[in-house]
Amino acid sequence: MGQALEKPCVEELKSGSNLERVLASGQFAVTGELGPPRSMNLELINRKIGYLKGFVDAANLTDNQTGIVRLSSIATSILCHQGGLEPVMQMTCRDRNRLAMQSDLLGANIHGVKNLLCLSGDHQSFGDHPGTKNVYDIDSMQLIRMVSEMRDKNQFQNGVEIKGGGPKMFIGAAASPFSSPVEMRPLRLAKKVLAGADFIQTQMIFDMEKFKIYMRRIVDMGLHEKVSVLAGVGPLKSAPMARFLHEKIPGIEVPSHLIERMENAVKDIDKEDKEARKTAGQAEGVKICIEQIQKAKEIEGVAGVHIMAIEWEAAIEGIVKGAGLLPRPVL
Amino acid sequence: MIVAEQKDLPDLKRMLKGKKKVLAVGCGTCVSVCFAGGQTETSGLAAELSTAASVDGESLDVEVKTVQRQCVQEFIEPLSDDLKDYDAILSLGCGVGVQTLAQRYPDTRVFPGLDTQFMGQPVEPGVWEERCVGCGNCVLEYTGGLCPITRCPKQLFNGPCGGSEGGMCEVDLSMPCVWSNIWGNAENLDLTDTLMEIRPPQDWSTSRSGGLRRTVVRDDLHQPSAVSTKDTEAGGLVEETPKPESPEDAFLREIGII
Ligand code: SF4
Ligand code: SF4
Repeated sequence: MGQALEKPCVEELKSGSNLERVLASGQFAVTGELGPPRSMNLELINRKIGYLKGFVDAANLTDNQTGIVRLSSIATSILCHQGGLEPVMQMTCRDRNRLAMQSDLLGANIHGVKNLLCLSGDHQSFGDHPGTKNVYDIDSMQLIRMVSEMRDKNQFQNGVEIKGGGPKMFIGAAASPFSSPVEMRPLRLAKKVLAGADFIQTQMIFDMEKFKIYMRRIVDMGLHEKVSVLAGVGPLKSAPMARFLHEKIPGIEVPSHLIERMENAVKDIDKEDKEARKTAGQAEGVKICIEQIQKAKEIEGVAGVHIMAIEWEAAIEGIVKGAGLLPRPVL
Repeated sequence: MIVAEQKDLPDLKRMLKGKKKVLAVGCGTCVSVCFAGGQTETSGLAAELSTAASVDGESLDVEVKTVQRQCVQEFIEPLSDDLKDYDAILSLGCGVGVQTLAQRYPDTRVFPGLDTQFMGQPVEPGVWEERCVGCGNCVLEYTGGLCPITRCPKQLFNGPCGGSEGGMCEVDLSMPCVWSNIWGNAENLDLTDTLMEIRPPQDWSTSRSGGLRRTVVRDDLHQPSAVSTKDTEAGGLVEETPKPESPEDAFLREIGII
């Protein structure tokens, strides 16, 4: 650090991915999420690609999310790349040892995948094969370090040279600002930066005031100059969903005034008219999400947003448009 | 200590079906402390098994002997005297005890009476908790004496993950997040700088990945003759002298395998 940087973080391109270029140009980045199906339904994948293409700079492909078997994030990333939607391949430490990870990284990069999100992964006990054995040969911090050394030092984890050069990945990491212990969360982010993270995607944030406090710490520590922080947001569908996220998902806090807004959105609609309630709830959820993005944009150190519309990819276009983030830059 | 619990009665009855005379061998060390296989538990189980058999109209004679340490051959030596009188041994030792008996008495069936669970510690009356999985490469130095391999369901070396909720672990909300506790005590132990360093990938070759582990802790006490020759060779205890590279190794080096 030391000298003031003109543009946030990225001075020279490490991977050449679109996401990296958008962030390097100093523009507010937008990423989305595409959940691979629990099948080989190519038509569904193509439809989802259509929902995101042109509206986000890159889309995350989840890796057996919540421990449920799905089409592999690598295969889906390659399909996205071929379909003109830039992938952010997610990789968890739950299902692969360092051998599998490294060979998969080479494989993904050779097919044009240039962004990677490194995750510990949801514990298998939450998934559909709770009797499986987890791997956790290395953890997400060690994965970040390994990928950065593969890229920057052209070497495998064991120190042996990767002939012809390692995979050039733009390296992402997750952050959960409100998980306990809250005081050490900025330190954890600093550690991920030290390990080699280029960008951060946070857990879904609903309490932007509280997030501001976290970001102030990040800025005070100078971390925003070394890493691009994308604030995680997501559209609510209903008040029960809001309550579920708040109560059941560690690190997600939905303020009561937002839960109230979701309740009020449907309170005058007949309980039997399920369709109308659903539409009204979703419309309010999208509205809130747009407001959140606008608030996030004003927070110092926030370089973009990561929109997680879980199993609702069709909502992305309206959200990005509503937030005034279209058209996406073509670089 | 090693913590274990007794197998269910139906399971034990199935194992011992058709046997007339069984020697139940308890152990006076770890499993007696956790009330699974000491003198009292072994006698109790023996009586239960005999009663259950007679209820079923069968006869089963279970005699009880408790040794001080079933995992050490010297302690089970006295059993050899009248072992021929029994159809089988039911061991109430841990898995090590069962195997020590099976190895010493290869002509007698040895059945496990316990499910051996873990190396742990009593935390409150009647409750034991795991503390070590014997990874062979202890990292407690870096974590303020709390083992993340044993106590974090994701075995993180640079935790906590985002699943820590109010100091508890999302995988089981009754279980403290060990990484939350490690960080919680970091300042106190002057450990923050250490925790900010990235722990490199663990060398798991000392763990269970490589099959049977053997250790010579005390060279001065080691007498190779006390161990079978076969074991000695397999265990690599013979002193090694550096050898010139063999043609096979040269080939492997050439094709990039070593
Ligand atoms: S680090 Fe290894 S040896 Fe140390 S307590 Fe944990 S499992 Fe046992
Ligand atoms: S919450 Fe804590 S103990 Fe549980 S998996 Fe995450 S780091 Fe490990």
